[in-house]
Amino acid sequence: MKVNIKVNGVSYEKDVEPRTLLAYFLREDCKLTGTHVGCDTSSCGCCVVVMDGTRAVKSCSMFAVQADGHEILTVEGLAEGGKLHALQQGFWDQHGLQCGYCTPGMMLTSYALLKQQPAPSENDIREGLAGNLCRCTGYNNIVKAVQQAAATLSQPAGAAK
Amino acid sequence: MIPAAFDYVRAHTTDEAFAHLQQHGADARVLAGGQSLIPAMRFRLARPAVLVDINALTDLGHLRISDQALAVGAIARDSDIERAPWIGERRWSLIRDASRVVADPVVRQMGTVVGSLCHNDPAGDWTTVALASGATVVVRGKTGTRRVPIDSFLVDSFATAVGEGEMALGADFPVPDDRTAGSYQKVERKVGDFATAAAAVQVSLNADGTIRAAGVALSAAGACAVRVDAAEKLLAGQKPSAELIRAASNAAWERSAPQADLRGTVEYKKHLAGVLVARGLRQALARLGVQA
Repeated sequence: MKVNIKVNGVSYEKDVEPRTLLAYFLREDCKLTGTHVGCDTSSCGCCVVVMDGTRAVKSCSMFAVQADGHEILTVEGLAEGGKLHALQQGFWDQHGLQCGYCTPGMMLTSYALLKQQPAPSENDIREGLAGNLCRCTGYNNIVKAVQQAAATLSQPAGAAK
Repeated sequence: MIPAAFDYVRAHTTDEAFAHLQQHGADARVLAGGQSLIPAMRFRLARPAVLVDINALTDLGHLRISDQALAVGAIARDSDIERAPWIGERRWSLIRDASRVVADPVVRQMGTVVGSLCHNDPAGDWTTVALASGATVVVRGKTGTRRVPIDSFLVDSFATAVGEGEMALGADFPVPDDRTAGSYQKVERKVGDFATAAAAVQVSLNADGTIRAAGVALSAAGACAVRVDAAEKLLAGQKPSAELIRAASNAAWERSAPQADLRGTVEYKKHLAGVLVARGLRQALARLGVQA
């Protein structure tokens, strides 16, 4: 089936089997390997991407054909013009990653969370990330990273670091 | 972990979706949120030949409250419920509680209430809530649209009253009166796991403080969600008390017929069913200002 999916602002026109999962479309057809596959059965959250700007979805549990005509944001699309996104900067500054495997999913889930809830409490962040597992168990620093990003993003444009 | 091959059609109108389902009959499945169906397909527990994607049917994405019912459309997401502007009202407390513990927060952004009812997993959350709140499911069939009470909708594990070529358009949850509150109690090993045991409770009081009606249902306690009729009967007309709650809790223990698995033994799960119904009743009553 022909699909046209806009990933990080770039249109990818590909011919895919309907059974191709979005995660594999991103990794193998688009060569965007920042989206990780962990459990492969929607339990771990490594594969989370953002659809149409605000909705976090587990790309291992959605077919690429479902994304036809939609916009997908992956971790590769967070930084703009070589400048890290506030979430990436937050994860860097707060040591929010250890092995890094869960990090793209953590960031994209947080991205959607901050779109929906720009000023989340610590508890909102912990609950919002409850579907993302970090086997290094570095949750405290991940929460701090998201808190930092929320603070940065809520500053008026231009004032952001 | 790759699903069996299938044909994919994206419906743009309900008529179109229905036509595809009629054409393919038992070979076709509706794809709404896909958060149960797609993992099942990946494990090859489900091998539909045709998937009819209804996600473009935005007219089925509604959450609409009328005088009688909250109408939930076939593609209304779990997260839409969680964030609905009225969700903080006491009368919706059962639905609110459940909306926060279904699967995990990311799965809830795709998963749908109606899809969960149609999937009818024995350990589902929405099926249990639907029983306790007396929901009905709107099913479109060849001869028209019919309304199926949830008790007859839930036929058996993973089987519902939706027949071949038919489609669930939505579910209606009766609007509880303002002396009604509920509670959803779930024990799970981790966020996103199926319930080890769960109980949905909804209580309506009369002006004199006696119980007008109660809905009590259990998840992971049988082939599909089960209504604890005995508890509902013994609660109705009575004044809330610790003794009454104990009796309802015992009825839940008796009614629960779980299967032993990695989540626990039969004995443990039956015990939980009783404990969770008691906790649910206490919380629902506390929400109505009654300590029992």
